[in-house]
Amino acid sequence: MIEVSGLTVRYGGVTSLDDMSLTFQVGTCGLIGPNGAGKTTFFNVLSGFVRPAAGTVRAFGDDLLAMAHFRRARWGVRRTFQTEQAISELSVFDNVAMVHEHSRLGGSSRRKDVLDAISFVGLDADPDVQVRTLGAGQRRLVEVARAVVGRPKLVLLDEPAAGLPDEETSHLGDVIRRIPEHTQALTILVDHDMSLVSACCETTAVLDFGKLIASGPTAAVLRNDDVIRAYLGVA
Amino acid sequence: MRRRVAVARRPAIIAVLLLFALFGLPALLSLYYIDALTQVAVYSMVAAALGVLAGRVGLISLGQVAVLAVGAWVAARLLFATTQPYPVILVEAGLITMVAGMLIGLPALRLRGLYLALITLMLAGAITVILASLNFPNGGHGFSGYNGALVNIPPIRRPSIASGDPAYYRYSVIIAAIMFLLVLAHIRTRPGRAWAAIRQSEPAALAAGINTTLYKLWALALASFITGVAGGVLAGAVHYLYSIDFPTQNSIILLAVVLMGGVYSLWGAVVAAVLYQFLPALLQNWGVSADWLTILFGIGVLQVLTTAPAGLADQVPKDLAKLGRLLLRLTRRPQPAEPAAAVPTETSGVSGGGGAA
Repeated sequence: MIEVSGLTVRYGGVTSLDDMSLTFQVGTCGLIGPNGAGKTTFFNVLSGFVRPAAGTVRAFGDDLLAMAHFRRARWGVRRTFQTEQAISELSVFDNVAMVHEHSRLGGSSRRKDVLDAISFVGLDADPDVQVRTLGAGQRRLVEVARAVVGRPKLVLLDEPAAGLPDEETSHLGDVIRRIPEHTQALTILVDHDMSLVSACCETTAVLDFGKLIASGPTAAVLRNDDVIRAYLGVA
Repeated sequence: MRRRVAVARRPAIIAVLLLFALFGLPALLSLYYIDALTQVAVYSMVAAALGVLAGRVGLISLGQVAVLAVGAWVAARLLFATTQPYPVILVEAGLITMVAGMLIGLPALRLRGLYLALITLMLAGAITVILASLNFPNGGHGFSGYNGALVNIPPIRRPSIASGDPAYYRYSVIIAAIMFLLVLAHIRTRPGRAWAAIRQSEPAALAAGINTTLYKLWALALASFITGVAGGVLAGAVHYLYSIDFPTQNSIILLAVVLMGGVYSLWGAVVAAVLYQFLPALLQNWGVSADWLTILFGIGVLQVLTTAPAGLADQVPKDLAKLGRLLLRLTRRPQPAEPAAAVPTETSGVSGGGGAA
C-alpha cells in the first residue's frame, strides 16, 4: 500500500502537483489525466528525480522520499519511461540482469530470474541479441521485463503503449494485468489509451493541472463528469 | 552460427597479431620506427583510457595528456628516488595518477558535454603550468627531483630486462596488452553494463539502481590509472622528460584521433595511437611536415561524425568485407548479362564506403 499525502511539486511558478493525497492499494491502479496534469511528475517524485516542495510518501511502511534515488530501485521501485529507455548497446539479457545485479538479490538466482522475467513478458527474441536490433514493441517489453525482474514492490509504467500498434498494445495489456499476481508488486499505469486502462486497472485516479479530481473504481471514474470535462473541455 | 565461429576465432587472431607485434615488427623495422612504435604502445593505452571515458561513459575529457604528464612525472620521480622494480613503479605511478585524475575529473560528476570538456581543458592547462614551473625530475633531490643541471643529466632508467630499444618496445607492448585486458575485464562485466546505461540515459541508470556517481568515479579512476601506467612506460622510453612534451592542445588532437579510430573499441585505441604517433614519424622520415596531419585529422573527425560514428576500427573491416563480396561477385559471375541491375547499387555502396575509409 502506498500512502501519498499533501504532495506538492513546484517548478518555478508552476505547481505541477498540488496537495495530492491518495492511497494506492495493491493491484494495478490507473493514473490518467490530460497532458501536463502531473502524472510523470508524480512518477519522478517516486523515482527520486524530483524533490517535492511538501508532502510525504509512505510505501509499505517505508518513507520513500528519505531514500536516495538509486537506492529506491534497490528497495523495489521500478519504472519504465515515456520515451523507452532500454539500453541499446546491451543484450536483452544484460538489460534485465543489470537491474537484478543492482538489487539486493544475490547472484545465485540471477540467470533464472532474468530468463523468467523475459519469458513473463512474452518477448520472442534471443536473450543474447543486442537491444538496438529490436523493434519498438520488443524494446518496450525489455523495459517491462526490467521492471518486473526479481522482487519489485512498486512498478511504475509511464505510457508503455504509446506508439504501439493495437496488437502489441493488447499483448502488453495482458502482461500488465498479470504483473501484480506474478510479482506481488503494486503497479501504477499511466496511459492515454482508456481501453488499456479499463482493461488493466481495478481503480483509477485522475489528475488535472496537478490536482487530484477523481479516484475510485475505474468504470465509475471514467463516467465521472469532472473527468469528462477535464479531457474534453466544457460542453 | 557464423558469428559464433568468428567469436571463437577472435582470441587466436589477437594472439597472432600480438606475436607479430612482439617479434615480427622489431625484426622488420629500423630503430627509428621501433621507437615510434613504442610511442604507439604508450598512446594506445592513453587512447583506450579516453575511450572508456568518452565512448563507454560519455564523459568528454580534454585533459588526458596532462594526466599522462602526471603519470610520467610520478614515475620519473620514483625511478630516480628508488631502486624498486619497474613494474612496481608502474603500478605506483598508476595509483598516484589515479588520485590526481579523479580530482581533475570531479566536475564530471556534475557536468557533461561541452562544459565538462572545457573544464577538463582548463584543468589540464593548470597542470601543464604547474609541471612547467616544477620541472620534470632529472636526478636532483627534494620533492621535485630537479636540480637545474643542463649537462650530465642521468637518463631515466629502464627495466634491466628491457634496456635496449627493441626489448623496451616489447616491454611496452606487453604492458599495453595487460592494460587492454584490464579495460576488457571492466567493459564485459558489471561496470561496463552500468557505464552503458549511464551513457544512454542517467535517469534510466538510476531507475535500474545504479549509483551513477560511484560508477563515473570508477571510470575516472580506471582511465587515470591506465594513463598513469602509460606515463610510466613513456618515462623509460624517452629517458629525458620535459614539460614542453605535453602541450595542452595535444589533448584535443588526442580526442580527435580517438574519435577517428573508434571510441567504442579497443582496436580503435590502437588505430588512434598509430594515427597520433606513427603517422607523424612516417611523414617526418619522408620529409613532409607533420602539421598537415592537423588538417587530415580535422577532415577525419568530420567524416567520422557524419558517416562512421564507430570510427575506422568499425568501418574499415566492413568496407573490406563489402569490397571482398564485390570482387567475389565480379569474378564468379559467368556472363555480364541479366543480373547487371543489381551491380550498380552494390558498386555505389562500396565507393561510398571506400570514401569513408
